[in-house]
Amino acid sequence: MEWVNDHWGDIFALARSHVWLAGLPLLLGLLIALPLGWAARRWSRVYPVLISASGLLYTIPSLALFVLMPLILGTRVLDRVNVVVAMTVYTVALLVRTVADGLGSVPDHVLQAARAMGYRGFRRFFGVELPLAVPVIAAGLRVAAVSNVSIVSVASLIGVSQLGNLLTDGYDRFITAEIVAGIVACVVLALLFDGVILLVQRLLTPWVRAQGGRA
Amino acid sequence: MIANIVEWLTSSATWSGDTGLWARIVEHLWYSLLAVAIAAVIAIPLGLWVGHTGRAKWLVSLANSLRAVPTLGLLFAVALWLGPKISGDLAFLIPSVVVLVILVIPPILSGVYAGVEAVDPATRDAARGMGMRGMEVVRQVEIPNAMPLILSGLRSAFLQVIATATVAAYIGLGGLGRYLVDGIKTGDYVSTAGGALVVSLLALLVDGILALVQRLVVSPGLTGGRSGRSRRGRRNAEVANSSAPAGMSADGGGVVSDAT
Repeated sequence: MEWVNDHWGDIFALARSHVWLAGLPLLLGLLIALPLGWAARRWSRVYPVLISASGLLYTIPSLALFVLMPLILGTRVLDRVNVVVAMTVYTVALLVRTVADGLGSVPDHVLQAARAMGYRGFRRFFGVELPLAVPVIAAGLRVAAVSNVSIVSVASLIGVSQLGNLLTDGYDRFITAEIVAGIVACVVLALLFDGVILLVQRLLTPWVRAQGGRA
Repeated sequence: MIANIVEWLTSSATWSGDTGLWARIVEHLWYSLLAVAIAAVIAIPLGLWVGHTGRAKWLVSLANSLRAVPTLGLLFAVALWLGPKISGDLAFLIPSVVVLVILVIPPILSGVYAGVEAVDPATRDAARGMGMRGMEVVRQVEIPNAMPLILSGLRSAFLQVIATATVAAYIGLGGLGRYLVDGIKTGDYVSTAGGALVVSLLALLVDGILALVQRLVVSPGLTGGRSGRSRRGRRNAEVANSSAPAGMSADGGGVVSDAT
């Protein structure tokens, strides 16, 4: 505890960096996964291709992906962009399937009713299909958020600073308190992300509570 | 840069010797197999028991909440704590394997549990009606029916171990992670990227092999091979089976059910 009391400033600075490195890819990944998931739903041949491709991307070990990014992007090895892009790749890989399945979970009779009411094309997608898919997409987003927060800490091995620095530094200098602080901070951050997504989900799906159904 | 990496990868000196690529690949696979095997021995019976009896479901929730703990933190904490208690080469090996085992129990456990849990109650009743007893139901009905999810849990466990064993090079474990960790420390990008490529290919290869095993082992009654099933039914089976990204379904379901 003494170590923590002396280092609040450092912990907050690292946490802020961690939020960016884990959070920004979550938003970018969702933005990319939405059209891809829609396409996978729209054309049945696209579905297996996208699912296998995202499965393959998710297979690549995080440290390897971080290290290979400069080769693909032409960035410098220590560039934070490497981590953001790598995390976005993982997020997309997780979310494409969730988005496709979420859109698929919208019952047929609802779509027919929407069509009968004159909802078509983009309006039907944004007005009916996407809102109804929110619970499934949010569930996928929560999985991605928790895994992003954990994976980002590995970036301290390539010299990009975030909460993982507490872990490597604690290990290098035998400061157990620092490692414990790093672990606790990561878990707290993961819970925060989880809470924010849940909150947004509640706000976006007021009908779930109105029905008294489960969130 | 790319030319240098290709040269590094194709040079025979890189591949041979005790610390060559071949030796590192074998080491990496050995740690991974060891950890998955130990974790499976613990998690499979436990998952079957929880799924079959419906008791102690908190075990699954507990295992899933472990996922929020950063891998790196767990690795370092266990290494600092266990390392000094063990002498010699094992001081690196044992903490790493312990952490790898802890890490892959959740995906295996939730895969097995979700698989058994999802068995149609009517199927289970039919088995009982035919006179099967507890263990017979587990062995002849629940395990075969749960097989797709059990295997996808194992598959994602394997991939997670391969990824984490790479990071474990930081606490002194051998394997392919050595190229990455040592390369970064010495600023040798060629061997860092080369090692990263090899470990990525290894993960893809293992994933492919496990996908194949999954296809071979799962009962044709579940994958809906020939008989006239609906298109949707076949597609769902396909998704649950081979084309699914390793263990994502099991993972997703697990974490979500844990949080709600």
